[in-house]
Amino acid sequence: MSATLPETPATSVPAAAPNQLFPFVLQLADTSLILAHRLSEWCGHGPVLEQDLAMANIALDMLGEARSYYQYAAELEGQGRTEDDLAYLRSAVEYRNPLLVEQPNGDFAHTILRQFLFDNFHYHLLRKLKDGPNAQLAAIAEKSVKEAAYHLKWSSEWVIRLGDGTDESRKRLDKAIATLWRFGSELTTPTATETALQEIGVLPDYAALLTEMQAHTEHVFAEATVPLPAPVFAQLGGKTGRHTEHLGYLLSELQYMQRTYPGLTW
Amino acid sequence: MNQSEWPLWEVFIRSKQGLDHKHVGSLHAADATMAVQNARDVYTRRLEGVSIWVVESKHIHASNPDDSEAFFDPAADKVYRHPTFYEVPDSIKHM
Repeated sequence: MSATLPETPATSVPAAAPNQLFPFVLQLADTSLILAHRLSEWCGHGPVLEQDLAMANIALDMLGEARSYYQYAAELEGQGRTEDDLAYLRSAVEYRNPLLVEQPNGDFAHTILRQFLFDNFHYHLLRKLKDGPNAQLAAIAEKSVKEAAYHLKWSSEWVIRLGDGTDESRKRLDKAIATLWRFGSELTTPTATETALQEIGVLPDYAALLTEMQAHTEHVFAEATVPLPAPVFAQLGGKTGRHTEHLGYLLSELQYMQRTYPGLTW
Repeated sequence: MNQSEWPLWEVFIRSKQGLDHKHVGSLHAADATMAVQNARDVYTRRLEGVSIWVVESKHIHASNPDDSEAFFDPAADKVYRHPTFYEVPDSIKHM
């Protein structure tokens, strides 16, 4: 990780923002990194060659996006930490990703549903951020929203095919819904940090985002012939550092090289 | 057809506007939409294309190699069919 972001244009963000901005940008970075890692676990194990490549492609997109956020976060923090320090040298309780993205891959339907829930939020958030007042976030979103549009198309088409496919594919999708639906709401449940950023206009109102997301979910589930799941108790915590047990195992693999050979480059 | 196997699709990519689609390979997919998506993921990762066509391989009818003598050899000695007497200006590309 050595490339740097282009020169940051002056932003119109109010002066108080950086304090809230740093943890939020870190949250975006962690979210993309953790999901990228999960998807990369499929590499060489995909159900067919074409989907193996598709998941690796998406993982790389998300890793690239994570890098941009980490670089910006390091700059906002101004403590001399680099993108690598932030990505590889923090403990699980310091990670700010929502619980959804750290959930294990499970079977293909499980991975697809996790991706669909995330992509639906990610795409609609980036569309707002790219026109938002923070120039750096807008620049990253401008680049990433094209990738996210494809990710959402990919996972949506798969939800439709698994739902309206065979008895087996439907059974697996139903199981994924039963396991993962509880993690969806955290994406649009603002933390204190997010609320503060919404109040100064840096972040969009999640209620408006949710309306767009729900419209898309309804459309996809109708095509998939899957009834919309009833609301369930929302599992929250990841965005404030309270994670499921899965994150620790993920990080021990993700961070292994930097922990074992500090400062390693290649 | 074996229900557990997805059909095979032939993939054609147009590398830039103005050029024609070229056959680049094949892949498996459950239907046309997925075939286009798979082609995007498999064959355009390095900026190879601006447009994708897919066609299910079973719809392609090929000439029989056993016919190649009758089909192709007779053209070999008809040099007058080649427009070799024109000069192509350097500025004309992709001829």
